[in-house]
Amino acid sequence: MLLQGAAIFSALIVLALFGFLVYFTLPLFSEGQFMELFSWHWRPFHGEFGILPMIAGTVLLAISAVLIAYPVGLGICLFIHGLGPTWLARPVLFLVHGMTGVPTVVYGFVAVFFLVPLLRTHFAHGTGFSLLAASLTLSILVLPTIVLLINTQLQQIVPTLRMTTEALGISRVHELTRISLPTASYGLLAAAILGFGRAVGDTLIALMVAGNAAQIPGSAFDSIRTLTAHIALVVATDSQSTIYHSLFAAGLILFMTTTSVNLLLHQIKRRVYREEQSA
Amino acid sequence: MRKRFDLLIYSWAWISTFAVFLTVSCLLWFLLSRGLPTIGKELFFGDASAWEAISGQVRVWDALWPACVGTLSLVFLAALMAVPLGVASGIYLACFATTPFKRILSLSVELLAGTPSIVMGLFGFALILFLRNTFFPDANTSLLLAASCLALLILPYLIFTTQAALESLSDEYRLIGPSLGLSQLQTVFHTLLPASGRGILGGVILSLGRAAEDTAVIMLTGVIANAGLPHGLLGKFEALPFRIFYLAAEYQNPAELNSAYSTALVLLCLTGILYGSALALHKTLEWQWNQH
Repeated sequence: MLLQGAAIFSALIVLALFGFLVYFTLPLFSEGQFMELFSWHWRPFHGEFGILPMIAGTVLLAISAVLIAYPVGLGICLFIHGLGPTWLARPVLFLVHGMTGVPTVVYGFVAVFFLVPLLRTHFAHGTGFSLLAASLTLSILVLPTIVLLINTQLQQIVPTLRMTTEALGISRVHELTRISLPTASYGLLAAAILGFGRAVGDTLIALMVAGNAAQIPGSAFDSIRTLTAHIALVVATDSQSTIYHSLFAAGLILFMTTTSVNLLLHQIKRRVYREEQSA
Repeated sequence: MRKRFDLLIYSWAWISTFAVFLTVSCLLWFLLSRGLPTIGKELFFGDASAWEAISGQVRVWDALWPACVGTLSLVFLAALMAVPLGVASGIYLACFATTPFKRILSLSVELLAGTPSIVMGLFGFALILFLRNTFFPDANTSLLLAASCLALLILPYLIFTTQAALESLSDEYRLIGPSLGLSQLQTVFHTLLPASGRGILGGVILSLGRAAEDTAVIMLTGVIANAGLPHGLLGKFEALPFRIFYLAAEYQNPAELNSAYSTALVLLCLTGILYGSALALHKTLEWQWNQH
């Protein structure tokens, strides 16, 4: 009974989270400020509380981070499963495991004092705190998520195929790209989605490296602000109640994004499970 | 044509692996070369002597000691709240839950795991606003609140690892209890839990690491830059990851910047040790299974 209670309590926390966010966003609907949120201008001193630039910033940053991390992650998985020397496969996997243990704030810190000055001197363009710097740093953060997920898939597939493909004289590359990866297609999709979810949810890297200007970036060298960074900045600096509502709206959007990402993943998992059962 | 494609894929695999290796080496080299020289008694305790600082006779400013104590008490409190709840939920999910119920519970745990840490922090912040409007007009963000929100953050990890540790036991283990006429509850506590203890412990350590590194949650729930040692459960506090963030943005002089490098190194070592021991536990487990 006690165990059941604990489990139900854990599950209820999600509902409580959602409930609180909705409860604090509701005044926006009743006071008719709802449309104000969906404007392109964040000028709190002029009474404009648009969070569209932050939504755009979040999406842009997350997508570009995954676009950088995904091909690299795939390359590492191929390296582990046959394209690199066998004795290096375990150390590389160990390295990727180790990367999951590095605190986000440390990545952000190193980016501020290493990557940003590098970008500033090599591309004489702005301060260096930019979409580019943030997406490079964030891609390192999501890389292990992507590699480990694809790797678990390939671990189940590759060993069962290797003997056959070697006997048939099929090259390693051909085997991996034409047989193993297509078989793991759901895993490949899940890795991209999960990577996106991780990238959307990160706060520290965006806050430290992206520059935090609430604007639409004209190029990769422009500064952006994400929803997560927006929440952190507003709580740290302002205390007007009108701003608080937009804060909870940002939180609600984030929560709903990651929730839909997870529901999508759940569906994929169930479909894979069913196919395995019927096969 | 085929040859060229093969070569391209080969080189891509090598290049990406090498690039990641290079990035991680750069990161370590950068932190070590700048952070290592300033690590010492001075960094942790400032002008006070170590004993005076630890026993609380002298208040330490501009040094790491209050942040270390803050992080340790945060992690301890969060674990105190989350570990019993998480392990119990994991046991229930692995051994008792019926299928449809289990599906709903696991889904909500998955959703909780996917929730960004800043949203957990916002939840704590909202809780304080709510309490202010209703029961306690002078409720404020505090150590207790931050630890509770961190507990929410690590709860799903604890549930997953406990569940996985129990479910990965072989059927032989599962049948020992019933074959001796034990009830399901007795089976769980006398055979299954002892057998999966290491796996569960690994999960607990991993979640401690997660609690120690997170910054976004505590930023909204009561961490400040110069709190000194935490003043009880309802006081403000300092923490290592926040100190890194704060110094990176607001350092006044090169000395402070140097101390930021070494703080980053200290935090990296702390989480490295925690993750390393969790990994080592996992490895010895695998090794034991292979022996059977």
